[in-house]
Amino acid sequence: MRELSLNVMDIAQNSISAGASLITVTVEEDLGGDTLSISISDNGRGMTPEQVEHVTDPFFTTRTTRSVGLGVPLFKMEAEMTGGSFGIQSELGVGTTTWAVFKPSSVDMIPLGDINDTISMLVLCNPDLDFVFQRKLVTHQGEQREFALKTTELREALGGDVPLNAPDVTLWIKEYLTENTAELSGIQPEG
Amino acid sequence: MKSLAELQAIRDKARASVNIRENAEAETRVMVGMATCGIAAGARPVLNAFVEEVAKRGLRDTMVTQTGCIGICQYEPVVEVITPGKEKVTYVKMTAEKAVRVVNDHLVNGNVVTEYTIGANAIGAK
Repeated sequence: MRELSLNVMDIAQNSISAGASLITVTVEEDLGGDTLSISISDNGRGMTPEQVEHVTDPFFTTRTTRSVGLGVPLFKMEAEMTGGSFGIQSELGVGTTTWAVFKPSSVDMIPLGDINDTISMLVLCNPDLDFVFQRKLVTHQGEQREFALKTTELREALGGDVPLNAPDVTLWIKEYLTENTAELSGIQPEG
Repeated sequence: MKSLAELQAIRDKARASVNIRENAEAETRVMVGMATCGIAAGARPVLNAFVEEVAKRGLRDTMVTQTGCIGICQYEPVVEVITPGKEKVTYVKMTAEKAVRVVNDHLVNGNVVTEYTIGANAIGAK
């Protein structure tokens, strides 16, 4: 993948396939600590311990169309390439959390890319599901900044008449994410 | 700064125009393949371009959505256009620029962009 945000989109598809009604995506950067953590958490049907054990094996998949599944193994490899780590925790009937920690200073670091586009497209394509997107930043000085997008709040404001994939709403979401991201990183001092 | 109050304004506007939309024609569906293969091949900008162009054109009878891997990964990004009563059109190796043309030629004017279809791009077709 050319951007980590594309991996997020890919992993989130697994959550959607698992019948999740709520998917939480968290992106946390720690500039001083040189880490970028990404987690995708869902309340889908979860996996058995045996499935969890095999999920990072490219030749294991629950699909019946083909016998390869590359999404999760790619995400793991990309994190470990930077000297980071990867984990997956799942419980049947409860849900699954997939997370990866990257070391942004590594030469093998893949850029995060347009995470906002990933989030707005996920909401657009799945207007009946709920998403929580949390973006956190810890500056070199240790100052913590964050913002969140919660589709439950949007739904409430829209009063049930307008779907989350209405063009006006998609535009609103995009602008909301752009503005908040700019504020998050804008206040962050250089170096 | 964007506020939730703006969403309420969107709601009020939609309530006012709801009668017009009920008379819309049967829905055309644009389905962008968003499995690992599609995403890696660049499906997200394609999806985004479709959404923006359809919104810009005000095509209320068109729904842009995602689908999984349909098994032709070498042709990704793949986009299927499904119009009730017509044969399904499968576009392959799509880009954001091609998406804009598909919206204008196919969705607006009803002319399938043959050169982007799987028929014109299949191995041995050229």
